Amino acid sequence: MFQIRIHGRGGQGVVTAAEMLSVAAFRESRFAQAFPSFGSERTGAPVVAFCRIDDWAIRLREPVLHPDALIIQDPTLLHQVDVFSGLVRDGYILINTSRSFSELGLGEFVRGFHVQHLCTVPATELALKHVGRPVPNAALLGGFAAVSGRIGIESVLTAIREKFPAKIADGNVAAARAAYDYVLGEMQEVSRAHAN
Amino acid sequence: MLTQTEGSHAVAEAVARCRPEVICAYPISPQTHIVEGLGSMVKSGALANCEFINVESEFAAMSVAIGASAAGARAYTATASQGLLFMAEAVFNAAGLGLPIVMTVANRAIGAPINIWNDHTDAMSQRDCGWIQLFAEDNQEALDLHIQAFRLGEELSLPVMVCMDGFILTHAYERVDIPEQAQVDAYLPRYEPRQVLDPAEPVSIGAMVGPEAFMEVRYLAHAKQMQALELIPGYAEEFRAVFGRNSGGLLHPYRMEDADTVVVALGSVLGTVKDTVDEMRDKGARIGVLGITCFRPWPHAAVRAALAGAKRVVVLEKSLAVGLGGIVSSNVHNSLAAPETPVHTVIAGLGGRTITRASLHKAFGRAISGKLEALSFLDLDRAAVDRVLVREREVRRSGPIAEAVLRDMGAPGARIG
Repeated sequence: MFQIRIHGRGGQGVVTAAEMLSVAAFRESRFAQAFPSFGSERTGAPVVAFCRIDDWAIRLREPVLHPDALIIQDPTLLHQVDVFSGLVRDGYILINTSRSFSELGLGEFVRGFHVQHLCTVPATELALKHVGRPVPNAALLGGFAAVSGRIGIESVLTAIREKFPAKIADGNVAAARAAYDYVLGEMQEVSRAHAN
Repeated sequence: MLTQTEGSHAVAEAVARCRPEVICAYPISPQTHIVEGLGSMVKSGALANCEFINVESEFAAMSVAIGASAAGARAYTATASQGLLFMAEAVFNAAGLGLPIVMTVANRAIGAPINIWNDHTDAMSQRDCGWIQLFAEDNQEALDLHIQAFRLGEELSLPVMVCMDGFILTHAYERVDIPEQAQVDAYLPRYEPRQVLDPAEPVSIGAMVGPEAFMEVRYLAHAKQMQALELIPGYAEEFRAVFGRNSGGLLHPYRMEDADTVVVALGSVLGTVKDTVDEMRDKGARIGVLGITCFRPWPHAAVRAALAGAKRVVVLEKSLAVGLGGIVSSNVHNSLAAPETPVHTVIAGLGGRTITRASLHKAFGRAISGKLEALSFLDLDRAAVDRVLVREREVRRSGPIAEAVLRDMGAPGARIG
């Protein structure tokens, strides 16, 4: 089982992101479960959503306490919520930011992590460019497909098209693809830096 | 058709395929997505020959359902929590009149303190009102139980409540098989009412009944519920023949062979319980699970037979009979062939409190080693409780309790799970 936890704020499409990720996994003939943390949803309040992906039917109903991957839609949460709680050793971390892990003050925290598992992507900027609104969720799923390799980008794009009406879907698909390419580029840079 | 969708949407699709003729509802979380979905199907024409009636309260929702059902229409509504309480008088009437309304209860806690999250207090508060109560383990079963509910309710002329855990199921995306219309049509015959308000053949429904006959009418309500126990296994079997999967029935036994310890539970928590039990089985524990699908009528004989080999029973329940303890466990205890068998009541998940495998491991382990109390509260913050009790002893005007507990705990929004 692969477990993903998505942190963000009300209005950023956190719950929708988990749902779309589960649809993408379903499109790959896998079993998936997505659910929100059921807070009183208010714009701007911290929101958590969960997604589990497995090759068998998923019965477990507890929240994702030990995520294999974290998607952080809003870096201001880093100092407000214990977003890293329970993260498995060498888990994936994808943060929506144009800054680096060390610029975010996380350099020390991620020392020893697999460098290929750590990525940042300016998803809000990509959303503003392609969608016209600061909703980073679809872009982050594109980035997640790239950094984790656990889900195909085409499945993510299919899920986005299933979720949104055509006009909104187009922009989100473009944002997801741009984020996918961005993260792949970032990962290649990291591996080149390591090879040297 | 296999699809990945939200539980509420899956239920709306299932209800639509049952061809309801009147749907009346008042919005309340976590039920709202179901009737929203049905409302848009009526508006678009996807659900034909159906009237969607917006009402001004839950009391009106059930009253309209009663009127529609008495006029011979297939009627459906959905509610939760305070909404169910607000319609309670009409809920009793629907059962007393023998009108086969189907209602989803998206289980949610009851205030005060106000709480929108899941537990079973709402459904349990109506357990003796005369409705059949079925509890879904996952979204596939929630969907399937609605189809079986119309069949069962209409055959017996009794209303049926399909209980599904609010948020945990209603708002969860998972894989479900949404049946074809032809399958539902093959399983669910046209509604043939036993009683109908028809100007051509006038009758009155709802006469006043005095002491000379009231007991007999009530006995007949009980007898009908006993008939439901006979019908339910057969309807589940027929369902399997048409739809190709097991759903419904009275009980869901799991790894019960040779089990010394049996965990009894209802609803979606069964998934987490089964995963925990699998892990304990791997380490050699002889533990099994008995899921209660049909809570009303209480399947006394089936529970008695299923628990015949148990050395101890742990009843995990998401409701609290304040001043007593367990509701489900009291029912279980009544059904034990050997009344001296220890029954441990574990109250869990109240107001949406997370039920984790880790906590279940501890509780079940304590039961096996004979250390589990007769009544316990999973993950209760004892220190928080004690602080309030101390303050109440020391200060006369100690203030409102809920606010004091919240203040002591700091900012719960910062926690995960």
